[in-house]
Amino acid sequence: MGKARPAAARRKGPGAPAGAQGGRARPSPNPFEVKVNRQKFPVLGRKARHAVGQPGVSRARAVQKRTQTLLKEYKERDKSNVFTDKRFGEYSSNMSSEEKMMKRFALEQQRQHEKKSIYNLNEDEELTHYGQSLADVEKHNDIVDSDSDTEERGTLSAELTAAHFGGGGGLLRKTPLQQGGEEEKPRSRKELIEELIAKSKQEKRARQAQREGALELTEKLDQDWKEIQTLLTHRTPQSENRDKKEHPKPDVYDMMVRELGLERKAQPSNRMKTEEELAKEEQDRLQKLEAARLRRMRGEDEAGDARKPKHLSADDLNDGFVLDKDNRHLLSYTDGKMSIKEEQSREASDGESKEEQGEDPSEEDPEDSSDPEGHLDLESDAESEEDCGWPDREPRQAPGKRMTSNGHKAREPARTELPYTFAAPESYEELKSLLSGKTMEEQLVVVERIQTCNHPSLAVGNKAKLEKLFGFLLEYIGDLATDDPPDLRVIDKLVVQLYNLCQMFPESASNSITSVLRDAMHEMEGAVEARGRAAFPGLDVLVYLKITGTLFPASDFRHPVVTPALVCMSQLLTKCPVLSLQDVVKGLFVCCVFLDYVSLSRRFIPELINFLLGILYVATPNKHGHGYTLVHPFRTSGKNSELLVVSDQEDTATWQRRGLSLAWASGLKGQTKTEANHTSDHLCSGTQGICPTRCHAGRGLQPLLGFSELWVGDFSFCQEDGHWQ
Amino acid sequence: MERDPGPEGARRALGRLLEAVLASRGQANAVFDILAVLQSEDHEETQEAVRACSRLFGALLERGELFVGRLPSEGSVMAGSQGATRKYKVWMRHRYHSCCNRLQELLAHPSFGVKELALSTLMKFVQLEGAHPLEKPKWDGYYLFPRQLFKAVVEGLLSPEDDCSLLLSRFQEYLEHDDIRYHTMQAATAVVGRVADGYPEVPLTFWNNAFTLLSAVSLPRQECSSSSFYVKHVELSRTWKVVHLKEHRKAFQLMWLGFLRHKLPLSLYKKVLVVMHDSILPHLAQPSLMIDFLTRAYDVGGAISLLALNGLFVLIHQHNLEYPDFYRKLYGLLDPSVFHVKYRARFFHLADLFLSSSHLPAYLVAAFAKRLSRLALTAPPEALLMVLPFICNLLRRHPACRVLVHRPLGPELDADPYDPEEEDPAKSRALESSLWELQALQRHYHPEVSQAASVINQALSMPEVSIAPLLDLTAFEVFERDLKKKGQESVPLEFIPTQGLLGRQDDLCAQHFTLS
Repeated sequence: MGKARPAAARRKGPGAPAGAQGGRARPSPNPFEVKVNRQKFPVLGRKARHAVGQPGVSRARAVQKRTQTLLKEYKERDKSNVFTDKRFGEYSSNMSSEEKMMKRFALEQQRQHEKKSIYNLNEDEELTHYGQSLADVEKHNDIVDSDSDTEERGTLSAELTAAHFGGGGGLLRKTPLQQGGEEEKPRSRKELIEELIAKSKQEKRARQAQREGALELTEKLDQDWKEIQTLLTHRTPQSENRDKKEHPKPDVYDMMVRELGLERKAQPSNRMKTEEELAKEEQDRLQKLEAARLRRMRGEDEAGDARKPKHLSADDLNDGFVLDKDNRHLLSYTDGKMSIKEEQSREASDGESKEEQGEDPSEEDPEDSSDPEGHLDLESDAESEEDCGWPDREPRQAPGKRMTSNGHKAREPARTELPYTFAAPESYEELKSLLSGKTMEEQLVVVERIQTCNHPSLAVGNKAKLEKLFGFLLEYIGDLATDDPPDLRVIDKLVVQLYNLCQMFPESASNSITSVLRDAMHEMEGAVEARGRAAFPGLDVLVYLKITGTLFPASDFRHPVVTPALVCMSQLLTKCPVLSLQDVVKGLFVCCVFLDYVSLSRRFIPELINFLLGILYVATPNKHGHGYTLVHPFRTSGKNSELLVVSDQEDTATWQRRGLSLAWASGLKGQTKTEANHTSDHLCSGTQGICPTRCHAGRGLQPLLGFSELWVGDFSFCQEDGHWQ
Repeated sequence: MERDPGPEGARRALGRLLEAVLASRGQANAVFDILAVLQSEDHEETQEAVRACSRLFGALLERGELFVGRLPSEGSVMAGSQGATRKYKVWMRHRYHSCCNRLQELLAHPSFGVKELALSTLMKFVQLEGAHPLEKPKWDGYYLFPRQLFKAVVEGLLSPEDDCSLLLSRFQEYLEHDDIRYHTMQAATAVVGRVADGYPEVPLTFWNNAFTLLSAVSLPRQECSSSSFYVKHVELSRTWKVVHLKEHRKAFQLMWLGFLRHKLPLSLYKKVLVVMHDSILPHLAQPSLMIDFLTRAYDVGGAISLLALNGLFVLIHQHNLEYPDFYRKLYGLLDPSVFHVKYRARFFHLADLFLSSSHLPAYLVAAFAKRLSRLALTAPPEALLMVLPFICNLLRRHPACRVLVHRPLGPELDADPYDPEEEDPAKSRALESSLWELQALQRHYHPEVSQAASVINQALSMPEVSIAPLLDLTAFEVFERDLKKKGQESVPLEFIPTQGLLGRQDDLCAQHFTLS
């Protein structure tokens, strides 16, 4: 039994100490670590609880406990500093951390509030001095106590003084007198004082009575005077006259004069402006817009730095309060027409020119203040030159009435034949049915009349109708461009209409343009995903891109429509391989549009250089030894690598330079070899024309370096005369 | 055999024959009729015949009515004087054999339905034959698998003529089973070796089929206790090779090495390299055996080098591969096309890893930064948005390279000391140059690129910009982002009225294009 027991106990070991050992599952198999408390007499029914001890474990536990309790106490023996954590609710578990934070924040606010409000003079809290409101004290209107005497305030009666300050002397002096008057036993000091008080009270009462009497007398006198006054009025007419002067009898003449004087005078209206003034105004407006454009181009809005005011007065409260300029517009008439245009154009440009309205453009940017002066002058010069160059450019008119002067006469018969009113089309099909089968002039007149009849000022819903019209026109232009052959002349004219509509509804116009671009991009993205490259899109996308550049300022640093269009063009130039002459035409057109976009902002376009180099490469007969690596859409070898090489030198001799036709982009069919060669010649020369200056034949294919320099530094395009060989 | 015309009639006739054969051994000759239908021109009828064969031989296998052991030739048995049962069994086994041969031929059938059915029937036979083996075990607990039959199946799958990718994708579901996977690897090794040696010019379809099959084999990462076997065994023995993952790995390695030993077409190279780091290297018993293959691929140049980089990285990182001139080659990989290839994200992810070491010499980092910025002059905006932060990160990691962006008395642009043609980064003199390209890109037409390039104008902020989200940026995403960015409430408009489609006369479009 004795032997069996420890074994049983040991077996039990791992299970039993589950509580004691804190769930340590591992048994201690080493018998030397176990102490067996042997029982002398096994007693039935008694549970042997401490049959096995683990001295090592229990010692370790005891030591640990001591380090946690005793050692801590020992360490904190002579220390009286206590760290108390006063953070609100730090140890309360029934608050969520959010609640805690809220509460702490509230407490902190409260604390700060109290501290601050001590010095906060603007608060409603009333400041007092000896219980009196300081505000009242400051007003200096001391309220006179009706009880206190007015005359002798501040001066004490001699007796009182004597009683208080005179010491015994005064009283002593007096007592013999009183003693002399009546033989009385000497009164105690208390009695004396009481007497004094009674006396003063009595005095006071007497004074009050006297004053009341005086008041009564005054009132009585007043009443008497009034009674007498009635008698006096009959006798003294002067006084009556004097009264009358205060209320003069309304005189007709006077009334007339007054009325005339007070009548609202006619406001001086703006006088009719002379031609020069109008021109100057227009120029000013353009200058202002140009300044805004430059600012956007440099992306200064983008930088977001608050524009510093030029001058800070010492009195400036710095509360941002500035007297607004009066921006009401006076109604004015030009040539008998209400000039709504001013307002509209201002509204259109309001968003962009809001900040700088009324500011001198040259003061705008402190950083490069030297630049804009000269720059603006230049720009305005260019502007005026341009004006000279375009004598037939019409002054701006109301948008609905606008037309270009060319084709004016041709449209006259069309004007008379067509009906005068058109309902705004509700769907694209409707517009198409209105326009199809008509000549160009008629189509223009129709579109113009739709706009006139549905001018937003005429009815409420017209705005939405015209907004839709923009989208439909855009779609129509796309259809015209995809037609074979493309009807580019109509597009050319319709663009002007689009421009007018866009000026009226910038928001919806930008939305329609972006949706069109998005479609094009989406299509291309699908092709790129599938095959890694895409075909050049149809002419419509190219036309849309070009239109985007004419409707919106392409030089802006960031523009909600132009920037995506730029990305789109970059895609066209990098993802679409050139497989045919059409593709070359399209690519070159995209290049032109791209360059037109950046012609004012002068930005750097890596893809463009790659593309043009690729085209020149395709046109080179002997490709070896150039040492230039082509970039993506072009390949060093392959069936398209000699696309533009002129196969017959004689054809070069018969070739004549002229502009590339945009219609080639939609199809080049049935060409003879000579024609194809001529086309290649055209394209080569076009490419060279587009290429910036230094890309001439000798260095053409390699100097990327030279290019980039050029684009960073001086920036000019010039037509190369040499023909590519 | 008289029967109604059409597949329906064939089905009924076959059903009758089947029952007859299964019912009595006397009717056994009807098997020939069934096998004859297998040769039918009509797809439907063939399918019916395949189904009938499947039922017939399935039942016979289960009943054990096929001869077990080494099969004697038909003539000798028939002539001999053994018992009728034995004769019957040997004869039936021969029929089974010819049926399997025919089914293997049907794997190349033009109709996919027939192919699929033949495959599933063959796999059913494999399963049944595994359960009721037709060989005698050499000793007790000997592992038996119908290797011959299975090899025939794999051979049918790896056809040199037809593209079997559909069938292989069907076969893929069998590969989930451990034993099938193991034997597929063995069979594929043998078949690839035989075909590659047999043909003077191995057709591309074979390589494609082989690659499809090989890449479909995926080993489990760890030895899992519950192995799934296609052929049901009563008890798995630890002595069997097929049970151990180690053996699987060996077979896997043999298979891939055997495959890659041959001269592969270029497109296949790319495919192998794409999956190399992810699904091949981790499962090899000795990944270092791939060193030769990868280094040779890395030397090829172009996209293949880009792809080999990933596998090499795994070897360098995890298997202590010492690669001389690694950075020089990496430098050589940077050419203008790197921004346009499909694997751009992958390449730059790795390049970022390789250049993240702070122990690289400054000249090397400078050469990389300079090369990248030079290439950036040809890159589209979506790539620029990634590569500009990349360059800035390099400058952040290596303050010694910051001279590149601060060189007040530097040489003129014409005299850039950097030599772009030099292949050795040490001799490219990049550290004497400057990153004028970044300044050029500050005039880039895209606002975000311009901003990204302008980062160098200020002191570089210390924390690096993570380029991970920029790696996969596509032009379409950039486009969408630009569209969504609504800065102002109103859209600025052009104030110069338009003249027409081509614009004013001094515009380039009007200069070079006409409407007619």
